[in-house]
This record gives sequence, structure tokens and C-alpha cells, in this order.
Amino acid sequence: MTDTITVLIDLGYIVASILFIIGIKMLGKPERARRGNMVSALGMLVAVVSALLECCLSFSLVIAGMVVGAFIGVIAARTVKMTSMPQMVAILNGFGGLASLLVGWENYHSMPESNLFITIAILLAVLIGGVAFSGSVIAYGKLSGKLSGKPIFFYSQQIVNGAIIISILLCGAIFAYHPAASLSYVIFIVIIGLALTLGVLGTIPIGGADMPVVIALLNSYSGLAASAAGFIILNNVLIVAGALVGASGLILTGIMCKAMNRSLTNVLFGGLQAAVSAAGSDQQVQGEPNPISPEDAFFLLEAARSVVFVPGYGMAVAQAQHAVRELGDILENNGAEVRYAIHPVAGRMPGHMNVLLAEANVLYEQLAEMDDVNPIMDSVDVCVVIGANDVVNPAAREIASSPIYGMPVINADKAKTVLVLKRSMAAGFAGVDNPLFVRQNTRMLFGDAKASMQQLVSEFKES
Amino acid sequence: MSIGLLIFVFILAIFLGVELITKVPSQLHTPLMSGTNAISGITIVGALTAAGTGADTMASIIGTIALILATINVVGGYLVTNRMLAMFKRKDKGQK
Repeated sequence: MTDTITVLIDLGYIVASILFIIGIKMLGKPERARRGNMVSALGMLVAVVSALLECCLSFSLVIAGMVVGAFIGVIAARTVKMTSMPQMVAILNGFGGLASLLVGWENYHSMPESNLFITIAILLAVLIGGVAFSGSVIAYGKLSGKLSGKPIFFYSQQIVNGAIIISILLCGAIFAYHPAASLSYVIFIVIIGLALTLGVLGTIPIGGADMPVVIALLNSYSGLAASAAGFIILNNVLIVAGALVGASGLILTGIMCKAMNRSLTNVLFGGLQAAVSAAGSDQQVQGEPNPISPEDAFFLLEAARSVVFVPGYGMAVAQAQHAVRELGDILENNGAEVRYAIHPVAGRMPGHMNVLLAEANVLYEQLAEMDDVNPIMDSVDVCVVIGANDVVNPAAREIASSPIYGMPVINADKAKTVLVLKRSMAAGFAGVDNPLFVRQNTRMLFGDAKASMQQLVSEFKES
Repeated sequence: MSIGLLIFVFILAIFLGVELITKVPSQLHTPLMSGTNAISGITIVGALTAAGTGADTMASIIGTIALILATINVVGGYLVTNRMLAMFKRKDKGQK
């Protein structure tokens, strides 16, 4: 009887792993992504039911914990605004990391005398989970505006980080040598503290515009922490699911870095900052911007046969996505071909702009990737840049001394006319001057992006 | 289960993950991230055991907190991903 149940439980874990794999596979196809997410959720359900069959001596705490967690999860998922999605993903990720840390702690607390392998797994779960948690909390703070989005540097930061890593290695070695000693419990708590500190110090020097990379990386960490937890309790489903997430996070991190033409070390250790201060002084953009009134912008758009919108983080800040879609629809009814070109790192997390435009009912087919739009850019009548800056900066192609030189950009400047919606002439997040704004074919429409959009919409309605 | 086998499974799963994710279009990066983020809540299986079999009160408290956090990660992650994916409309069925 017990044997049958054990086999059933193991089968349950295998089924769950397969459902995760199929689910992730389907998440990569637009038409099947939603079902893929459900398949993966079903896998989670199977895993939880299997675990419930073997886990528990008492169910009161288990049920209470799940009810509380599910309640908070449902409320948070229902109420979060689409523009707040980056920080939501960050904080959920942090919770996952902290859960893995606590699983490691509980296992150590209940069974201090494990073999070396499990002791190392406990250390890894605590370390990676701790970094994922505190890093995600900082990322959450930066993304939600509770902390400054600017990179924070302090004197001898690298040395401090290095010292922390060495301390972790030393403490870890002492701990692993004799985990059951009473002193080892103290060392264990110190290691938790060091891991949390490392997560904080590793994330504060990273600027808001680099957040897509950091979120993807932290996502990968929380997966690896779950995998480490799997090695502690010797459970394959944790190992498989955690490894899948770890790999996917690393791939996304790589894609984001490539889209910015920077290495991971450069992003993590703030190399751009140094580059800006070195190159900033001798690289002034020459020329005056050409402002345009909303009335003239209306005539420009009214005559256009093809229009490409390029959204950036500014669109999210101004909550302008609905107004943008409304204008897009009007232009389409006016006979123009309308597309939305989205740079891979526009916004604050991978695919951020796509989600916002989808929320505003922009059709999937109208969302174009950078590589699809650039070849046809010279046939576009008007390219409307909304709150984007660095991702349309032609300096990345033309000025070898520019800090962002070599970064793939959307070639907005190649369109016949570029209409830039911008609050003021301030530099972009990377602090780099943008020669696009003073080009002959560029018109600047200053003001709040949402207000400007709504003004254009009403111009069309009145005509 | 032998340790070697567990490590073997881990490495194979990493390779599988790399193969699965490499071809995802950038439009889907956000839901992919929040969807895989929900999967990393699989640590809930470890948290269940931790909460249900704690050796003493302290262990039960740690385990229960882990369980609450992992459940938030799982439930919140899947629901949020579903909400985002529901917004992606295509011409055939999503015409305004």
C-alpha cells in the first residue's frame, strides 16, 4: 500500500516536470502562450498535490500557510496595474528566493547533521536565495520609484563586494566542516546576513535603464535557488523546474545584454557610468531642435501614408499607451499603415512595451521587432517617437566615441519625418546626448506624452 | 537517489531550458519571465515538507513563512502571467 503511494507520488513529480517543459515550450509561441501558462500551472498543481501526499504530519500550518499565501497572491495579481508589472515580477521573484532560503534554513535547523553534499546544497540555497531576495527588493524599490533609479556608487565598492564574497567562502568552509557544532548555527546566520548584503550591494549600482538585465538575472537566481532546495530534499521536480528557470533567465539576460551591446560584467559593475563621464565633455551635439505645434503635427500625420510608433519608458511614465493606440486607430482609418516598433530593452523589463500596448488593445500583428522595421524605415513617412531616447539614438551607429556606440538601435532618423514627443531636451537615462533631436527631418513636440497624444486625437476628431 | 544522478538530471535540465527558450520572440519576453518566475515557486514543494514536518516550533515557523512566500510566488505569478497573455490579441478573434 505505502509502496503504491510512493510510486504514485514519484509519477506525480514526473508528470509535473513534463507539464513544466511543455508549458515553457508553449509560452514561446504567441498563439499558444496562454494555454502554455495554464499547462505549467497544472504542473504546479500536480506537484503540490503529490507533495501533500507525502509531506505532512500536521496539516493545520500547511493549510493556513497556503490559504494566506494564495489570498495575498490573488489580490496582488488582480490589482496590479500593467505599468507596475516590472516591480510586481521583481517582488514575486524575491519571495521565491526568500522561500528557498527558508527551506534551506528549516532543513538545517531540523537536521544539522546531514552529509557534506546536503550541507553544501543548503549553503547554496541560502546564498542564491538570499541574493535573489534582497536584490529583488532593491530592484522593486528602484522600479516603483521608492528608491532612486540612479546608480549608487560608494568608495571602494568592488573591494567591499570582494571582501563579502571571501567572507562567505570562509564561513561556508567552516560551516561545511562541522555543521552540527553550536558555533556553526551562528556562522549560518552570518552567512544569511552576508548573502542579503551582497544582493543589496550588487543591485544598487545598477541604473534604471539596465533593469531589464537585472530582473532577468535575478529570475535566473531564484530558479537556481529552487534547484538547490531540490538537492537538499532530494527531489527531482525542484531540480528540473529550477534548472529550466535558471537557464531561461540566463538566456534572457544574454539577449538583453546583446540588445545593449554590453557585456554582463559591464552592466553589473556600471561600466557605462565611467564611459559617460570620460566621453561626455568633448562630445556636444551641434544644432538647434525644431519645435512643432500640435496643429502642424496634425497636418504632418494627416498626410502620412505610413506611420511607425516607437515607444519608450516615457510612454509608461505618462500612461500614454491608450492615447497612442487611439491615435494609431485614427491614422489607420485615415488610410495610413500603422506599426509599433519595439526595441528589446525599451522600458524597464524585457518586453515591457509590448505588454502596455497589448493592454491598450494594439493587435499582436502590429507589434514589430527592431530588425523587421529597420530595413523599411526609409519608406516610412512619419516615425513617432514617444518617450524613447537611447533606443533611437543615431550616435550608436555614427559616433564611435559615444558610450552607446555599437548598440543596435531603431533607425528612426531614416524616416522621412521624425516626430519626437518629449517633455524637455534632457538627455536620456544613459545620460548620452541624442543627435536625432536636432536633425533636419526631426520635429519636436514638447509636453506630456499623454496630453500631446490626446491633443492630436482631438485635432483629428474636429477635422 | 544517488547524488550523481541528481546532478545529471540538473545538467540535462539546464540544456533543455536553453533549447526551449532560445527561440522566443521578444514580444513575449515579459510573460515568459513572469511565467518562469511562477515556476521557480516550485520551491513550494520543499516549503510544504518544511511546514508540515518541522522538528520544533522554530522549524515550523520558518517552514510556514516559506510556504506563504512560495504560495504567493506561485499563485501571483501564474495569475499575473495569465492576465498579461489575455491582453495579447490577434486579428482573427481580437478585432475591436
